[in-house]
Amino acid sequence: MKKKKAIIDGRDLVKIYQMGEIEVRALDGASIQVEEGEFVAIMGPSGSGKSTLMNMLGCLMGPTDGKYFLDGEDVSGMDKVELAGIRNQKLGFIFQSYNLLARTPALQNVILPLFYNRTSPLTDEEQQEKAIQMLEAVGLTDRIYHEPQELSGGQQQRVSIARALVNDPVMVLADEPTGNLDSKSGAEIMDLLVDLHKQGVTIVMVTHDPEIAAYTDRTIHLLDGKVNREVKNGNGGDKK
Amino acid sequence: MKPIKVIKIAWLALIKNKVRSLLTMLGIIIGVAAVIIMIGISAGTEKSIQESITGLGSNLIYIQGTMTRMGPGQEGSNSGGLIYDDAFAISDQINGVAGVVVEQTSAEIVKVGDVSLDSITIMGTTADFPSVRDMELNSGRYFTQDEIDRSTSIAVLGSSLAEELFGDKDPYGQTVTVSDSVRLTVVGVFEEKGMVGDVDYDSRLYTPITIVLEKLSFSQFARFMGDRVRLIYVEVDESVGEDGERTLDDVIYQISLLLAKRHDVTLEEADFSITTQQDIITTQESTTAAFRSLLGWVAGVSLIVGGIGIMNIMLVSVTERTREIGIRQSVGATPSDIRWQFLTEALLLSLIGGLIGVVTGIVGAWIFGQASGMRTVIVASSVLLAFGSAATVGVFFGFYPANQAAQLDPIEALRYE
Repeated sequence: MKKKKAIIDGRDLVKIYQMGEIEVRALDGASIQVEEGEFVAIMGPSGSGKSTLMNMLGCLMGPTDGKYFLDGEDVSGMDKVELAGIRNQKLGFIFQSYNLLARTPALQNVILPLFYNRTSPLTDEEQQEKAIQMLEAVGLTDRIYHEPQELSGGQQQRVSIARALVNDPVMVLADEPTGNLDSKSGAEIMDLLVDLHKQGVTIVMVTHDPEIAAYTDRTIHLLDGKVNREVKNGNGGDKK
Repeated sequence: MKPIKVIKIAWLALIKNKVRSLLTMLGIIIGVAAVIIMIGISAGTEKSIQESITGLGSNLIYIQGTMTRMGPGQEGSNSGGLIYDDAFAISDQINGVAGVVVEQTSAEIVKVGDVSLDSITIMGTTADFPSVRDMELNSGRYFTQDEIDRSTSIAVLGSSLAEELFGDKDPYGQTVTVSDSVRLTVVGVFEEKGMVGDVDYDSRLYTPITIVLEKLSFSQFARFMGDRVRLIYVEVDESVGEDGERTLDDVIYQISLLLAKRHDVTLEEADFSITTQQDIITTQESTTAAFRSLLGWVAGVSLIVGGIGIMNIMLVSVTERTREIGIRQSVGATPSDIRWQFLTEALLLSLIGGLIGVVTGIVGAWIFGQASGMRTVIVASSVLLAFGSAATVGVFFGFYPANQAAQLDPIEALRYE
């Protein structure tokens, strides 16, 4: 069987924070691989390094030591400008608190990544069209011009999913995507993510909730900055 | 990123916070408007001064007596000022003189029936006065040389004085009492002249100079006693300077020689000074230029204060919008994208503020002119200067906050509450 392409290939990732005199090893040699099309959850108690790992996988910071290949490209030594480009072209973020621009219509929020896309061949009208398509895909056809404060939590999270997808990323990173939602909206968001996964989108999600993690193919447990164990989830989420 | 996109992003951010944007612009608006209004006022003042100087009549030479101090043991000789007869000497002996006017003034009480006016300027003058000073008669006549020689007790009134003394009645042939004892018969009223410099020609009473010299000078300081006069105006013939034979300077030189000889002094120790219209204009110009640059600087300082206002609000705005900056960074904005966004916001604020300031300044200058009666002139260069400074100020003071924004760490920024 032909081996699938690795989207994430992180080797012995180390992140050290200097807090005055004290040195904190938030990541202490974590290695993690995610293949194209996978839906992976990262779990761990607080202080286990999952936020640090998430920020590193999301190219919001580089590792102190170790190598990180994203979509075959070594991003561990990149500077701020290059990392911004990688975030724009290859990644999509979904945050617990949605992180939409306040008082800005859903459409403008979704277009935002296209604004910063230097290689996009799309014209302004095509960008607008694409953003509208994305909003339609997440079921917000009639909320295109609503501002975040006029939307429910679940709807806001859908806007942020549309934003995450608009630049056709190689991977979507979701940080506690259901953390601020009631269970019904949370389940709807998870169904949407599962749908995306079925369409072939690679998703890495941080959660502390085992029920949410159960939607994924595989759960990576972190402890003390290291990968503790990995568990295959036998539910329907990974079936294609 | 394409500039148009940067401008679009900055614009969207600004209109999201209309009130704050407006408040931020306020300093720039006031600064730019202040520059335009201040320069407008000084330019207007300058223009009216210039016009009033030209309004005095063209080709004028002013001869002023300079008072030489008389020390102890020194007799009050005929040195120390001009005398009435100097004027006749000039008009008789100098070529190229079209007219000579002598003026001697005195402030007196003027009475007509029940109406009594205090401190009215009584202007004793000579026959050429209306032509040299471009004064037109509204009614009646002016006095003749003959009447001056004979100290005839007659008067011509300025237009506003005539109205104050007589109201709607015809003053012709009426008697006015000056300084309680001198009775003058009104023979004419001048046309309204308006203010010339700081002199109101309309509120004066004009009478033969001999009346002032003989009957009113006792109330003046000793130096005005007798036939001393303060000022002699010489109107130079229009041909001077044009026919190539005589220039204005030649005429002035001849007058100097004549007066020096008459006063028995050398040119170096002359007891009089001669000024031309052009000298006065030049002096006025340098004064108003200094005035203008002072006002310009004051207004310029307010522009800088406006710029600091922009910087303050932008700094607050960067802190307040930390989360927004984090979001933008997470979707791929580079530090320079963020820097440009905030710089463009500052620039847009100062340009829009500058535009509003220009409009406010032009309207404000007009309203100020209407309300105060002062003349204001919109100087095109001041508009450009104010607008240009506003833009410069925007970039300069926008740079620091923009850099602060660009240097934010995306993780910190996203976590910011």
